[in-house]
Amino acid sequence: MKAMTRLAAMAAGTALLLAGCGTPALRGSGDLGVVIERAAGSVQVVSNSSNTMLSRVAGLGDLSHASLVYSRDARYVYVFGRDGGISKVDILAGKLVARVLQAGNSIGGAISSDGRIVAAQNYSPGGVKLFDADTLALLADIPAVDDNGQPSKVVGLADLPGNRFAFSLFEAGEIWVLDAATPRAPQVTKYRNVGRNPYDGLASSDGRYYIAGLYGEDGLALLDTWQPQAGVRRILGGYGQGQDKQPVYKMPHLRGWSLAGDYAFLPAIGHHEVLVADNRSWREAARVPVYGQPVFVMAEPSGRRVWVNFAFPHNDTVQVIDVPTMQVIKTLKPGRAILHMEFTARGDAVWLSSRDDDKLVVIDTATFQTRRELPAANPSGIFFSWRAGRMGM
Amino acid sequence: MKLPACCRTLSAKCLLLACCAALFISEAVHADNAIVSPAPQRAAALRHLLREDCGACHGLTLNGGLGSPLTAAALAGKPADSLVATLLDGRPGSAMPPWRPFISEAEAQWLIHQLQQGDAP
Repeated sequence: MKAMTRLAAMAAGTALLLAGCGTPALRGSGDLGVVIERAAGSVQVVSNSSNTMLSRVAGLGDLSHASLVYSRDARYVYVFGRDGGISKVDILAGKLVARVLQAGNSIGGAISSDGRIVAAQNYSPGGVKLFDADTLALLADIPAVDDNGQPSKVVGLADLPGNRFAFSLFEAGEIWVLDAATPRAPQVTKYRNVGRNPYDGLASSDGRYYIAGLYGEDGLALLDTWQPQAGVRRILGGYGQGQDKQPVYKMPHLRGWSLAGDYAFLPAIGHHEVLVADNRSWREAARVPVYGQPVFVMAEPSGRRVWVNFAFPHNDTVQVIDVPTMQVIKTLKPGRAILHMEFTARGDAVWLSSRDDDKLVVIDTATFQTRRELPAANPSGIFFSWRAGRMGM
Repeated sequence: MKLPACCRTLSAKCLLLACCAALFISEAVHADNAIVSPAPQRAAALRHLLREDCGACHGLTLNGGLGSPLTAAALAGKPADSLVATLLDGRPGSAMPPWRPFISEAEAQWLIHQLQQGDAP
């Protein structure tokens, strides 16, 4: 209720601002970002130069688990909602320009290396659908059905170079690589028996490696796309041996940000640890004990430090790992239910979303001081426009 | 007082009926009594937990995600006891964790009742 009142007040404020000016001033989008307001089904367009909200776009459906990708000109975002909706938002104009309902239950998406194909990953019906990035017209439908005819939920969709996409099948335990060079007739390469219940996946920022985290067993599944004939291999297998796996109250999220310098930083599912792998041999290099079960493990753009947030009931805390010493050097309590973190392009600040305090917190990464707090209704994901030019984002 | 035979049978039937009704009512009362509504503040906290933290897998609108849907329609016909057990102790072989550390048995019964009635937020 309080959030709604605040929301209304903010909307009124924006309307007043807009009424004051005629044509909006010409501006770039390089310092813009989009914040998901999950309960309201809206997004905020924010500026990470002025640390302010520029506009709010509503009517995007059920955003309870939403993510988005940028068009390559960083003017539009494609927001993937839980209800299977894809909403194309013009962030400069602050307007919803297209929307399709393409599945019953969706989890996220990706955009092709040429920027022309938007791919959605769906839970129900499980599969991947390809859409024209301009019009959101359907190009292809790839159901995630295994050889036994069983459907799977699709997780961990990531773009690879050459208009390819990689994704994982939760139930079947498979990784599929989709070659969409011919968008209406994509070709699928399947890697079977990669491990039990892959829960998410990531592509490295050079697009060479695809890694799926496994829920059903310890370890991760690694595909080197430069050597596809070598198949998928297990890395960090048996990391929980000798320890009881704790119940998992929130699945971790993987993305290319966890690869930094010589290392990959990965959540140990069911354990209060961040796993560190050498990114050449993919052998375990270290384990860093942390406050709770990691959800996001994100390297600063410099790769010098890694920020970690945690699953319920430890989600009021964020920790910072110093990479050279592999030690936690800072523990922050920025708000209740910290769901997501996003660095500015060069990492001078990090934005955090505090779901239960209805706010965004902007923290200076050099001093750990809070620069600003901004109101947001039940915020979750924060996505800055530098993603437009990055593979695997 | 002596009643005609037909009336005696009737009164016996009435008695039986009354007994059945009483039994039925007492069971209904019992079933209602088993569902204890938490204090308002705790109820709000539980609804928040359901929406946000259960919702992480089951969806904010409870229409499902990695976890199955928790709508009244999806839970129709499922025994409340086994749903309460799943909520408290998790479901081995699936990603459903045990919530016993955070929720009492009475609270779990109340939450399942809310879900099955379609009263959840």
